[in-house]
Amino acid sequence: MNRQSQAAVMFLLGAALLHAGSTDLYLRYVKAGLQPLLLASGAVLIVGALATVWYERKRHRLRRQTHEGHAHPEPRVSWLLLLPLLALILIAPPALGSYSALRSGTALQKPYGLGPLPGGSGPVQLSVVDYASRAAYGNGRSLGGRTVRVTGFLALDGSGAPYLVRMALNCCAADAQPVKIALTGQLPPVLRPDAWLTVTGSYSPRLSRDPVNNGPIPYLKVTSAQPVPVPHDPYDETWNN
Amino acid sequence: MAITEEAPPGTETGPGTETGAESRGVNSSLVLTLLLVLAVLAQSPIRGLLGTPLMQSWMTVFVAVTVQALPFLVLGVLLSAALAVFVPPSFFARALPSRPALAVPVAGVAGAILPGCECASVPVAGALVRRGVTPAAALAFLLSAPAINPIVLTATAVAFPRNPEMVLGRFAASLLVACAMGWLWQRLGRTDWLRPPAHGAHEGATKGEAFWNSVRHDTVHAGGFLVLGAMASATLKAVAPASWLRTAAGNPLVAILALAVLAVLLSICSEADAFVAASLTQFSLTAKLVFLVVGPMIDLKLFAMQAGTFGRTFALRFAPVTFAMAVAGAVVTGTVLL
Repeated sequence: MNRQSQAAVMFLLGAALLHAGSTDLYLRYVKAGLQPLLLASGAVLIVGALATVWYERKRHRLRRQTHEGHAHPEPRVSWLLLLPLLALILIAPPALGSYSALRSGTALQKPYGLGPLPGGSGPVQLSVVDYASRAAYGNGRSLGGRTVRVTGFLALDGSGAPYLVRMALNCCAADAQPVKIALTGQLPPVLRPDAWLTVTGSYSPRLSRDPVNNGPIPYLKVTSAQPVPVPHDPYDETWNN
Repeated sequence: MAITEEAPPGTETGPGTETGAESRGVNSSLVLTLLLVLAVLAQSPIRGLLGTPLMQSWMTVFVAVTVQALPFLVLGVLLSAALAVFVPPSFFARALPSRPALAVPVAGVAGAILPGCECASVPVAGALVRRGVTPAAALAFLLSAPAINPIVLTATAVAFPRNPEMVLGRFAASLLVACAMGWLWQRLGRTDWLRPPAHGAHEGATKGEAFWNSVRHDTVHAGGFLVLGAMASATLKAVAPASWLRTAAGNPLVAILALAVLAVLLSICSEADAFVAASLTQFSLTAKLVFLVVGPMIDLKLFAMQAGTFGRTFALRFAPVTFAMAVAGAVVTGTVLL
């Protein structure tokens, strides 16, 4: 790869990082806190590409005057940089979904303490992790019989049993791990894996074990389920920070 | 060091690589343009092929590892270019003790000041070697920096709130192994194994030109190897079933080896690996410490980048020894501390 092509690849890569970092696209792959770093590195790559082109032009003019030839070892491995570039620009793969969720065990961990639920009498909005810890480790006592509302995506295991899942992430999708709730009660007649749902329901004392890692999977008795669009940040980044 | 075969001549990074395509009259700018146009035209068949859940999760992890690592790679590349261009070699001669045996621990502790993960430390260590720092010290820095900097230690403390001794264990074991590797290199290492590729990047009329030359070269070079590592790691994440781990956790010895191998295969950024270790609840603390010490020192992504920066001959010898030393160091530290 010659220097002009390297400059082009750097420019495109920088532009792709700027594009991903300035839209919600980057949230499919990395944590929200990485945004400033992504934008900064995108800018550096673009400046580097422009500097390369500028110095190449200068050197080209000089060389024509002095007639010196040159051969630089330029790495062939840099062609590989086109792969993430094309993947990011052309395909923009979705955030991890039910396929990955069923292959790894639930990452639910014992919470330090369960705080009181917010006041009010209507249904209380809880994250998948919050409901799962209250149901699995507090025997649902801290739920106080309230109606809860939880948002996540659907996953169906081999036998067709439905789970509501949210992937929890620390840095990037490579370390994302699922937290699962098993659903019972009144579910929509057609269940499509990876569809995002907000389910309303109440605590069920049933508890099962994840076949992958023997982790606890609490149940939720659903009274109604509503399809929702994919949230702004598809991952849960709060549970261990 | 069991591996004695010589690396095949004309590795990807060797001088004269460009002779391949460029001298045969193939202009890489033309190839690049054609490739990009072709990819845009064939967009929908490509999407169709990659539509299966397996391929999608492979792509997501692949893009995620690359996107996550690029900012840190750029940081490391900028630092390495600054070291190479603006810091005179005499600075390192003054800053490090002249006796290599003493320079190793000093460089190892100095790793604490590089904030970031392992993607940043490889180009910086490469620049140190080219700047005349004794390789033993530069290697100690390479191994310690990703594991003992404040960001990584804080993340470890957050991930193990009930076991603060994990932070101390990680710091002590990583520093111990880094220094041991430095001293080992000083006794047994040979300079002809270490082949920093011809770096045709520091020439240039001005310091600015030399700086940006170095940035460009290191970005596309180390970046290419980063992509190679990300592909390997995404493949293993998509293919290897997590249920294997459950079987491995039963036997303490198997558990330690399993987590050591897992750290190599997963290639998770050292800023995030503590959370993954914390979630492996069936495993002992010592096994988790092995995971945390091995990962930042040697994994698929790092191996690819080390092979690119220091040559394949070096990486093939260095990686297995690092792996063995890291496991041993973590087990010893774990037995004493945890």
